[in-house]
Amino acid sequence: MSIFKRKRHTGIQYSGINPKGYHPSQLKFYIILLPLAVFMLLPMAFIFSHAFKPPDELFAYPPRFFVINPTFKNFIDLFSKMSSSGVPVSRYLFNSIVVTGVTIVASILVSSTAAYALSKKRFKLKKALFAINTVALMFVPIAVTIPRFLIIQRLGLMDTFWVHVLPALAMPVGLFLIKQFIDGIPDEIIEAARIDGANDLSIYFQIILPMIKPAIATIAILTFQATWNNAETSSLFINDESLKTFAFYLTTLTSTSAGANTVAGQGMAAAASLIMFLPNLIIFFFLQSQVMSTMAHSGLK
Amino acid sequence: MVNNHIQRESKFKLWLNKEGSAYGFLSGYGLMFIIFIVVPVLMAGLLSFTLFDTIQFPKFIGLKNYITLLTQDDIFMKYVLPNTIEFAVIVGPGGYILSFILAWILAQLPKLPRTIMALILYSPSMTSSVAMAVVWLTIFSGDQNGYLNSLLLNYNLIQEPIQWLQSPQYLMTIMIIVTLWSSMGVGFLAMLAGILEINPEMYEAGALDGISNRFQEIIYITIPSMRPQMLFGAVMAIVATFQAGAIGVTLSGANPTPQYAGQLIVNHIEDYGFLRYEMGYAAAVSVVLLLMVLLFARVANSLFGSNE
Repeated sequence: MSIFKRKRHTGIQYSGINPKGYHPSQLKFYIILLPLAVFMLLPMAFIFSHAFKPPDELFAYPPRFFVINPTFKNFIDLFSKMSSSGVPVSRYLFNSIVVTGVTIVASILVSSTAAYALSKKRFKLKKALFAINTVALMFVPIAVTIPRFLIIQRLGLMDTFWVHVLPALAMPVGLFLIKQFIDGIPDEIIEAARIDGANDLSIYFQIILPMIKPAIATIAILTFQATWNNAETSSLFINDESLKTFAFYLTTLTSTSAGANTVAGQGMAAAASLIMFLPNLIIFFFLQSQVMSTMAHSGLK
Repeated sequence: MVNNHIQRESKFKLWLNKEGSAYGFLSGYGLMFIIFIVVPVLMAGLLSFTLFDTIQFPKFIGLKNYITLLTQDDIFMKYVLPNTIEFAVIVGPGGYILSFILAWILAQLPKLPRTIMALILYSPSMTSSVAMAVVWLTIFSGDQNGYLNSLLLNYNLIQEPIQWLQSPQYLMTIMIIVTLWSSMGVGFLAMLAGILEINPEMYEAGALDGISNRFQEIIYITIPSMRPQMLFGAVMAIVATFQAGAIGVTLSGANPTPQYAGQLIVNHIEDYGFLRYEMGYAAAVSVVLLLMVLLFARVANSLFGSNE
């Protein structure tokens, strides 16, 4: 019996964990997964289809799921429109792109330098600080919105560009993942470089950074999702309409008071949600293998 | 005195030489961490003992906020707390178990289909709730044009359109479905990676020890070998659950939600903090929320934590 079982993991793998090819025994898994995948995809397919619907299809009765005569009208409407306060929609999109770009770069820099110190440097508080960060994995930002609001007000960050960026940099899960990844780099490499006369900065830039690309890609994605999709910063900390982001603009389209039910509103909201969603998908698609190799180090002991 | 000063200075220099660069590397993250995580949490703790209306300086009132919360806040006791517990217990462990099962199933497939499926399952969690609001509002729209209403009317399952998002009896269910749908997030990816990392020899050894089916394999080999990822996934699931609290307000378009049916603790904080400006009281509710997260995490830790 047990000898028979052993065969499963010897030779060419066709079944079991991480098989190399197709095997009829996998069929049952496809039978479970496929309907589920369709269910998960439905809302996404809906965004795509809805965004290209002309007005008569958006409000057809009975409603149709798929678009028949696709049109770019919703997108053209969206970008030719000014928000109620006179800011063109492209401005919100531009803000989102700049904010997200700056936050990603800053977040990579800040998290990876700190992770390098916590992983490879020797100092007294090292273990304690990492433990604090691990506890902070459980931090729920939404719980402390009020104190955060008061701090941001006191620091004079209200209505500035930086209020989009700075709070997003405190991302415990980012530091955690990079630190775990750097732990996998053998100390000998760093010692050898140090003997050759390299200082901390050159070790960080020339050895650590090139070796942790998967972790960096992962942080880039997590930061992207957190920042690109963030509408709260704009609604809580920004009064100046020209500094708000696209995610915020989308909330004004969907909130019932601002006319989600009007004909033009719904088409534009659909187009805008597609613009919100697509970059997420594209970025994850290209970086997913890097993310998976980072996640292998994600264990919490 | 002067000697002492020099001594202290050289001690400082010694420390700077030894540990200075480490703190230099930590400084950027550390600063943001202190400003936006440590200080807000401490402030929430302090404010929770005060009466604070944002205009006058906070006035210390001891445990009064907590006493009011526990004894006089009918809405909290009757709706918010039971709703939050119901939501957290179904969405947290539910989403977590679902993530694990799906990760395990995906690990049984070859690389290409696995990657495609992982992408599909992960994609809802990367979509912002803002973008998804458009979809859910259209699907659950209360008039006959809503997709669900139209479908049910078409098959004569209902006689007239149902106000899905405004009806207290449906709102919570819809909130749970929507959140579960987007629960395959970072924790799911971590668990998938964890399952794939397990050394195949473990399974061979298990087979020799008399493990005879896949279910036993999961219980005795897979889960114990990936405890760290299981714990990470659990923490992520807990955080995501409480962070998802705004969903009821997004769907129903109102805070408070219709007859408080979808009112969660996060909405209660917002209600008191930003609508009534009772910041001290809102801070007390925040502290309760943070403690709830900690409690859930303790349970997860006792399930999957290392035994050291």
